[in-house]
Amino acid sequence: MGNHALSYGAMLSRAQVISAYPITPQTQVVELLSEMCASKVLDAQFIKVESEHSAMASLIGAALAGARTFTATSAQGLALMHELLHWASGARLPIVMGNINRAMAPGWSIWSDQNDSLSQRDTGWIQFYCANNQEVLDSVIQAYKVAERFSIPAMIILDAFTLSHTYEVVDVPDQSLVDAYLPPFQSAFRLTPDEPHAFGGLTSPDHYFELRYKLQKDMEKVPEAVEATGREYEKIFGRYLGAVDAYQVDDAEIILVTSGTAGSTARVAVDLLRQKGIKAGNLRIRLFRPFPFALVRQILSRAKKVAVVDRNISYGHHGIFYQEVKSALYGLSSVPVFGFITGLGGRDITPETFEAIVNYTLAKNQPEEEIIWIGVKQ
Amino acid sequence: MKAKRKKAEKIFFNSEKEMPLAPMSVGSMSFNLTGAWRNIRPVIDLNNCIQCGICWKFCPDTAILIENEFPVVDYDYCKGCGLCAEECPTKCISMVEEIK
Repeated sequence: MGNHALSYGAMLSRAQVISAYPITPQTQVVELLSEMCASKVLDAQFIKVESEHSAMASLIGAALAGARTFTATSAQGLALMHELLHWASGARLPIVMGNINRAMAPGWSIWSDQNDSLSQRDTGWIQFYCANNQEVLDSVIQAYKVAERFSIPAMIILDAFTLSHTYEVVDVPDQSLVDAYLPPFQSAFRLTPDEPHAFGGLTSPDHYFELRYKLQKDMEKVPEAVEATGREYEKIFGRYLGAVDAYQVDDAEIILVTSGTAGSTARVAVDLLRQKGIKAGNLRIRLFRPFPFALVRQILSRAKKVAVVDRNISYGHHGIFYQEVKSALYGLSSVPVFGFITGLGGRDITPETFEAIVNYTLAKNQPEEEIIWIGVKQ
Repeated sequence: MKAKRKKAEKIFFNSEKEMPLAPMSVGSMSFNLTGAWRNIRPVIDLNNCIQCGICWKFCPDTAILIENEFPVVDYDYCKGCGLCAEECPTKCISMVEEIK
């Protein structure tokens, strides 16, 4: 299951400090990691904490001391960490965290949508959205590689139940190969008595601005590094992981933009459409932060129509991927971009959902509504 | 007796290129003389001091230094919290109102 893929990813990456608080649908990530630590399969400190806030706080300390760190959470747990997510990125600590997308309460929900992780958009974390359990495992290893290179924390995000609790065959790579790809963490700076420093202290307007500038400048290098580390990963493990994952886009007239598992369903729809002679394609955005502007522009500006499918909403605005895609294309292309919202709170996204999306997009020259809702019971 | 501590220079970076990645040792607390916040000041009666070092150990601002084996308050940084007076086993530290 996706949860265990996360645990194995952390194990193979040789995480040294793990601190987490259980929350459905993430619980099994922590469960398996605590077993691994207890049985010494994984030589790591497992810190039991009373909240997600403390989980992140303890990892901030551990990462500052130079340890490779891991945690996982979901929805309300992620929201409780919010303050410390800013701290982790501001302190430039390459913590890696799994987040299982779960809808925010109320109404109380354990089912999938993306509002929990997308609410953390501006915290300075790298965000990867996964489409299958193999990708979940591979992404953890790749995330450490990228995060540690730039001293920026990274979040691996997967859909509740569709990935977290669904069993799939996952290749668990050889430890020696992972060790070759991911050497031990060498932190750029470290909390140590040998060289005392004060960390995170009062920073006056003389310097704060430049620290943020440096974070953004490093963030901007991440999309290219994701591509490069993905190629490097492919050489060793035979699987490529890039910033985006494009399917049948070369000659596509209509491109469905998706994230997470909705991408696999979109591909079923793409195949059905192509059988009917409609040139459809799918662009799955894997790296959401930093946003892979160059790749998205390059692929989408060729299309005649773009339909963005969001399992999330920024209330009073639009679907969040829709905003991002429109901002990426601004001024470069006149391709009409349609914004669809579906699947909130774990409502199933099926090939029929995509059929409705494609039918609307084909029928109109321009979107006639700011948000096109698919599946609302009228 | 006045504490003899070498005062650090204010750290100032002219370019982002000189700066560390993370906010570390930006030096804000050395030039920020927090002694100005104080309303009451600790005064140590060294005649009753047993040199236990508890005041030095407890001071949250490291504003008590040990000089010639006796504690000396660094009034540039002491905020007057009174922790040292509270913890002193012989009660030889009294908190005296600041008169400016």
